[in-house]
Amino acid sequence: MLLTVTGVGLGALYFLIASGLSLIYGLMGVLNFAHGAFITVGAYAMWFTESKLGGVPIWPRFLLGALVGLVVGAVFAGLVELVLIRPLYRRHIEQVLVTVGLGLSTTALVIAIWGNDARPVPAPAWFGETTTLAGANIPNDRFLLIVSALVVLLALTAFLKRTRYGLIIRAGVENRAMVTALGIDVRRAFTLVFAIGGVAAALAGVLSNVYFTTVDPGRGTSLLIFAFIVVVIGGLGSLRGTAAAAVVVGLVQQYANYYASSGLGDLSVVLLLGLVLLVRPRGLSGSFA
Amino acid sequence: MSGLLSVRDLHVHLGESHVLQGIEFDVPEGGVTALLGRNGVGKTTTLRALMGLVDRRGSIKLGGEEITATPTHRIVRRGVGYVPEDRDVFAGLTVDENLRLAERDGDPRYELVYDLFPELKERGRQLAGTLSGGQQQMVAIARALLNENRVLLVDEPTKGLAPLLVTQVADVLARVSELTTVLLVEQNLGVVQRVAREAVVLDTGRVVHIGPAKELLANEAMVHRMLGVGHAA
Repeated sequence: MLLTVTGVGLGALYFLIASGLSLIYGLMGVLNFAHGAFITVGAYAMWFTESKLGGVPIWPRFLLGALVGLVVGAVFAGLVELVLIRPLYRRHIEQVLVTVGLGLSTTALVIAIWGNDARPVPAPAWFGETTTLAGANIPNDRFLLIVSALVVLLALTAFLKRTRYGLIIRAGVENRAMVTALGIDVRRAFTLVFAIGGVAAALAGVLSNVYFTTVDPGRGTSLLIFAFIVVVIGGLGSLRGTAAAAVVVGLVQQYANYYASSGLGDLSVVLLLGLVLLVRPRGLSGSFA
Repeated sequence: MSGLLSVRDLHVHLGESHVLQGIEFDVPEGGVTALLGRNGVGKTTTLRALMGLVDRRGSIKLGGEEITATPTHRIVRRGVGYVPEDRDVFAGLTVDENLRLAERDGDPRYELVYDLFPELKERGRQLAGTLSGGQQQMVAIARALLNENRVLLVDEPTKGLAPLLVTQVADVLARVSELTTVLLVEQNLGVVQRVAREAVVLDTGRVVHIGPAKELLANEAMVHRMLGVGHAA
């Protein structure tokens, strides 16, 4: 039970990152290698805020830190789209170079300012405690991960189904040119999607601080690799496929680490990716939302 | 005299191919102007260039205002509606959602749309991707009619449709032409003869004929030479 909940919790973390990647690729055709930077920026913004609020009780300190992390993540991602990606639409090689460069330079900048060592992130003690479920003692932070991902999934689904911008995004994923031919400035949707992706990635950064109890400069990069695998397995541009693939990847990783050998989890995920690409090259789902 | 839509020295390159080689024509206000020519002479590219969907060079004026450097969404907002060749309905969206997406101003003309295509009202919740070709064409035309446009660019609306549906589409075009100016790309010369007032003929990226549509279509030798077909009225 613990293994399964931990696997689903890890999958929840991957989903938060992969949902933004999937939306961005689906609408804009941009493979955003800078997405890891959004995670890192969110995680460090939270840690930095908390470190400046030393005398404040832990719950408000934690919640304020998390809120700042999300806001900084959204603003950073929106600016990346406006300043770096917008001038490079239809220039895919340059987009890859810019986003890879931004990802690397963000990590380097963080190391230059705060060093390479992991920093402890204070969180309410409740997250470290356990709840007994079906005879297993489950750390409470796993529930936080799962509930957060479910809320994001429901919120994103409602946004895509019920709002005009959601409609524009779903249509843009199918045929961007036709959306503009209906008189819609699709570039606004691009910025919005980047900001949404930034919030979700920053939330992953914030929650990873709780899960790992520390923050380190390599956090974004290490999580991004698995998020890319999730997006490919789930089907590029598919939110439901991404959610399903995230859970599968999290579970496979945990089960392989436990039942085979520690460290085989990562390898098994890559093997799963290869298997899915052989059997279903377009991923688990081809539809959006 | 220049028309509502005025095209001068319009060039389009697609890859290595010089598709439009300095075409010039006017679309007069009111009625249907047909853009004709054999397959591959640049008719669809001309409409896409007018919409700003391909890179182009030259001059395009709408009501005397230059729109050559204007992005697509602003061209549409200046009153240019577009019905693309392959319908391009959003398959994963319902009929209602396809129409809602096309709403530009506060007063979308649903009454007109449902009057022309009552079937769309009944199929509002159906995914557009599951509609027949004819029904998808209705959605594509309805999207353009939902807003008041100064000119409609309609690309082969009868392509691939059954004869009965071709007649229905021709009926709709005839009615639409009473409301707004239409630039129509159409291979079915029977439809052209029925609805078009003026005709512009393209050949290998150049304009080779401009004149009244009925005069052109009455001259079988010209039709055969320029369009490569004999036509059925």
